[in-house]
Amino acid sequence: MAEVVFVVASLVVIAGAAGTVLVRNAFYAVLALVCHLLGLAALFLLLRAEFVAAAQVIVYAGAVMVLYVFVVAYVGQDEHPLRRRSGRGLRGLSVLFALVLLGELAIAILGSGLSVLDAKGAGFFPLFGTPEEIGRLFLTKFLLAFELASMLLLLAAVGAVVLARRRSGLDDPREISVADLVRPDDKGTVGDAERGTLQEAVGPPGR
Amino acid sequence: MSMTWYLAVSAVVFCIGVAGVLTRRNPLAILLCLELMLNASNLSLVAFARTHGNQDGQIFALIVMVVAACEVAIGLGLIVALYRRRLPIDVDELRELQG
Repeated sequence: MAEVVFVVASLVVIAGAAGTVLVRNAFYAVLALVCHLLGLAALFLLLRAEFVAAAQVIVYAGAVMVLYVFVVAYVGQDEHPLRRRSGRGLRGLSVLFALVLLGELAIAILGSGLSVLDAKGAGFFPLFGTPEEIGRLFLTKFLLAFELASMLLLLAAVGAVVLARRRSGLDDPREISVADLVRPDDKGTVGDAERGTLQEAVGPPGR
Repeated sequence: MSMTWYLAVSAVVFCIGVAGVLTRRNPLAILLCLELMLNASNLSLVAFARTHGNQDGQIFALIVMVVAACEVAIGLGLIVALYRRRLPIDVDELRELQG
């Protein structure tokens, strides 16, 4: 039974990965990546990593992929097919490099001679990989990594907001300043009024 | 299943990701292929955790997922900023870092 699940899940994983790389339409590439992630979650379940599988489905296939879909819908998938600068030779060289890397990894796996690789895995205790055990490890042995991860997430969230905000560039005259927030609404200067009309005529930047 | 099969799947997915990063020119597709590589490494980490009967590898995989989520947020923010400035969404034409 486990073998059947493994074969099906690994086929889904590899097909999803290939689809992500090969499909030109960015939206379908994201959907292929979602399939890949679901197959990977099944593999994690086979490896007794319940919590990692659940986090994979909820965080990755749920939240992160929704972010991707939003950006694809916003930016659009205009990969210009006409202006092709990196020639065919470079592309072939890249694929060749990937194949060489695959051969090297295969040699490394098969030639390592580790007896543990051929076994079915060590024995595990009943709570192996459950949220209970993972949480205990996170709050005892890996507390520093846990706190650093939370700081990293906070920094990334702030950084993403700063990068993707509507008014970019500090020397932009349309930049929001603190004075705009402090000043009452009815007391604008003439320059502000003109700037406002100009902005409405031109439209938001980047359009 | 022996652990070699899991490692083989991980190696194949990693190489597909490498090929994608090297051949695609849309930064969005490159981010997707980076995800593939990170997921392949996650699979091998979890497989080794199972091999040794030790959960540290799973913790490592979870931290990798956190870092990947941060990378996605920053990368997508950069892409949106590029789009707002009407720069081409193409890594071949974005060779210079000046504003």
